[in-house]
Amino acid sequence: MSDNDGQRFDRLPETDTERTVEGRASRKEVIDYFEDRFGIPPETFADYTFWEKGAGKIWIYAGEAPTPIEIEAIGMTCLRTRQEHWKPTTDFVQRFGQFATDCVIELEREQARAFAAGEDQDLEWWDGDWGYLIAAHELAGDLEPLGIGLYVHGELRSMVPKGRQRDI
Amino acid sequence: MEPFERYRPIIDDFDAFLAACERPLGNAARINTIKGSVERTLEALDEEGVAYEQADWNPRVVRLETDSPGSTWTSFHGLTHGQEEVSAVPPVVLDPQPGERVWDSCAAPGGKATQLAALMDDRGTVVANDNNLGRISALRFNAERLGATSLAVTNADARTYSLKRFPFDEFDRALVDAPCSCEGTIRKNPDALDNWNEGHISSVSGIQKGILRRAVQATREGGTVVYSTCTFAPEENEAVVQHALENEACRVVDFDLGLKHSSGLSEWDDETFDDSLERAARIYPHQNDTGGFFVAKLEVTAE
Repeated sequence: MSDNDGQRFDRLPETDTERTVEGRASRKEVIDYFEDRFGIPPETFADYTFWEKGAGKIWIYAGEAPTPIEIEAIGMTCLRTRQEHWKPTTDFVQRFGQFATDCVIELEREQARAFAAGEDQDLEWWDGDWGYLIAAHELAGDLEPLGIGLYVHGELRSMVPKGRQRDI
Repeated sequence: MEPFERYRPIIDDFDAFLAACERPLGNAARINTIKGSVERTLEALDEEGVAYEQADWNPRVVRLETDSPGSTWTSFHGLTHGQEEVSAVPPVVLDPQPGERVWDSCAAPGGKATQLAALMDDRGTVVANDNNLGRISALRFNAERLGATSLAVTNADARTYSLKRFPFDEFDRALVDAPCSCEGTIRKNPDALDNWNEGHISSVSGIQKGILRRAVQATREGGTVVYSTCTFAPEENEAVVQHALENEACRVVDFDLGLKHSSGLSEWDDETFDDSLERAARIYPHQNDTGGFFVAKLEVTAE
């Protein structure tokens, strides 16, 4: 096993048995995670590849590229691995969260406003899983994902990055 | 406005042009179809009580009646992206198709690169390059907010761009939205003319020529290159395309444009340009109540 090179993008191995870099997630593990945690169907990602740059930062890409490749960005960041609880990014959830069926917490308009502004809030009525949830609200007749929240002890903590927070 | 006097002979209704340049520009936004349909985004704007007017020439462009376009739900969700109306023209003229390989040579801050991705249904490869590392962070931020998964972002000088890092050796299409003297942004940036001088125009036109030549070289035979600037200076527009015609295998082609515009010039000062330059479009602020823009469409031909 070789060490992870944080300066370049490496395509994730298909499965664990093809893994050559210590601690690197496989494509299968990533897709399984999105299905197990959020109910996102695996076929959603049929036309995408997954890449790692930096320690545990996973990117999702629809275009062509050889592996490894040293460029500034490839598609968008989607997931943080190499930690006990994997954490999807807010931008990924906004892009692919509409395919989720599990661990989606639906917020009222005022709660959605607080979430978008980066505020933590007590939401003790939630009786689903703890951990990372997709926060969503109703917009133009459909559920629209807002971003990632961390739910613990009756509190939903907004994980919307500072630069993406807005007072709406 | 003094520097604009040199354009009096080439602009119809020059007084209306000057008057338009004095007026501030409203807020325009592009509907990002990577994240949602035009209909749904319009419904979301209605729901929020944000008034808008859809552009006649492009249903994906809206003029918003709000003072804080960045603090709307549609913006937070990446359903809309603040983008000047004329700046949405070049990607439409380039007309990229799903699955193609497309180069945006001067891509930051990413409004046009993400528009290219949207026009391709976010399928294919949009190589979004910029030589300015600082501006690349804005490009990456916008790409992620808008959910563009087909972008590969590189940081290199477009004039000497190498495709070696990719598994293909030519693009299907290329956009050269060149760095320029930005005269056409005067309505958004009232100090756009503060450092105006002919020396600057002359030096930036050298860079533009280098980038456009490289774009033609990097595009396959039969492929398309669009050259655009947000400036009026013929030295940065027709003269740059003329230089490409003289040195690379390409020709200027016609295109449809649903905005009022004037033809490209066939002469300026003592210089004459190929007649085909009249196929290019000059968009002036008074014609559609927008910023100013220049667009030319080229087809790459056999050597």
